[in-house]
Amino acid sequence: MSDDVAIVGIGMHEFGRHEGVEGIDQGVVAVRRALADSGLQWNDIEFAFGGSQAAGSADTMVSKLGLTGLQFINVANGCATGGSALFSAYNSIRSGMFDVGMAVGFDKHERGAFRVDLKENGLEEWYGASGLALTTQFFGMKINRYMHDYGISEKTLAAVANKASRNGALNPMAWRRNELSVEEVSGSRMVSYPLTQYMFCSPAEGAVALVLCRADRASEFTETPVYLRAAVVRSRRFGSFEVMAPHLAAERGDGPTADAAKAAFEMAGIGPDDVDLAQLQDTEVGAEIMHMAENGFCGHGEQEDMIARGETEIDGRFPVNTDGGCLANGEPVGASGLRQVYENVLQLRGDAGVRQVQGDPRVAYTHVYGSPGISGVTILSR
Amino acid sequence: MSTQVPIAEGLFTWPSDTPRLLASRCTDCGNHMFPVQGGCSRCSGASTETVELARQGTLWTWTVQSYPPKAPPFAGNVDPETFEPYGVGYVELDGKLLVESRLTVADPDQLDIGMALEMVVDPLYVNDDGDQVVTFAFAPVAPSQESSRS
Repeated sequence: MSDDVAIVGIGMHEFGRHEGVEGIDQGVVAVRRALADSGLQWNDIEFAFGGSQAAGSADTMVSKLGLTGLQFINVANGCATGGSALFSAYNSIRSGMFDVGMAVGFDKHERGAFRVDLKENGLEEWYGASGLALTTQFFGMKINRYMHDYGISEKTLAAVANKASRNGALNPMAWRRNELSVEEVSGSRMVSYPLTQYMFCSPAEGAVALVLCRADRASEFTETPVYLRAAVVRSRRFGSFEVMAPHLAAERGDGPTADAAKAAFEMAGIGPDDVDLAQLQDTEVGAEIMHMAENGFCGHGEQEDMIARGETEIDGRFPVNTDGGCLANGEPVGASGLRQVYENVLQLRGDAGVRQVQGDPRVAYTHVYGSPGISGVTILSR
Repeated sequence: MSTQVPIAEGLFTWPSDTPRLLASRCTDCGNHMFPVQGGCSRCSGASTETVELARQGTLWTWTVQSYPPKAPPFAGNVDPETFEPYGVGYVELDGKLLVESRLTVADPDQLDIGMALEMVVDPLYVNDDGDQVVTFAFAPVAPSQESSRS
């Protein structure tokens, strides 16, 4: 296992809706909290990578944090913005260029489904004008085909949303903290068949910052360093089935999630059986179900029985989305991938409180997925 | 009857009683892509030619758009009182590719993976010239009916 880079500080601004608070200011709060957690000062930070999708350029936050002259690079990579910032920070330290730096992601979106910027996604106007170009449609179509191919039931879809709501209720940083019953989930308004309103996450606001350093200096800042064993981002290959695609190839192949997972396991020198818990992209319930298999944690179709047996619960064999995931936290795009890392650091430190995974977890996994077909994976261990 | 004009030029053959989608075919490896684009997503070749796709195909997967999309980019009716849900699916055309399309059917009980579909045009809105702007859609194959709903 590579043990070059450690996470020695984590900070988060509560996810949800924050009237009157700019996205970038939520980023500043997350940075200050991460610094406090690490015991470092802003002028100790040698470099930063950061970004948002809809809330401005990250590097402007130096005017509020202090003009120290650090190298600050803005990252814009859609739903993998946070993951890309982390990947870049990881490699900046591994390369030997820097000892101590930060990755930060934040966002603030308008209400309702994401409005897709067609040009930014390399798409033509007719595609949106015709009433295509909605991420919700892709998610409905992908799980509908998956249910047809692998026998996943509607009951299992609802069970995933029910779990997310129960985990979210245990998380003081989560946006949605009320438990939703299976009946409430199934009975809510149909949004994109077979997915109902409570089976989807919503665009939201929030921020996360991480302090990273050279692993051999981690003991200077913390007694509980968490090591970043792998950080990988992959784009789509020919034959994959991705969001915002006016056409798909006739032949099917692995998507970016399977590719990123394989590369991450190779980088970390471990396999799926070695992972104790995972945060998997759950834009909606079908995504969590499919991503369990795409990341290599089960075979296609096995999710039906795994979920029925409670194996993905916090007290189950393989806990998934212990902080409530996107479903309970909402999705501030720039911060979402780093929120998963934040939760895993808490779990590996043993600091996750009432939602702490028992059995002294050692290895934790994160996975983000988004438009136009990108996946980011990290593997963390103590 | 007002004139029907396509939402974009070069998307499908028009005017036509039997419209067909226009795609790019890679002259190196034969890969098909929709809409027309330069460059091949399979072999990275730079040479493509424009071809007409089959009018009939089968439904590979589907969903229903139950609420009005945000406008822009959507150009159709967004009034929540009168919005009409529409199906959305990927349609496999002659084993060459899957095209994402509106479906004229929005009732889950009438949509099945594998069902036979045929290309039609679907009205979106009336433009400033009084022309009816249409996009493409796929409808269940019903030989006794006209191929356009207009």
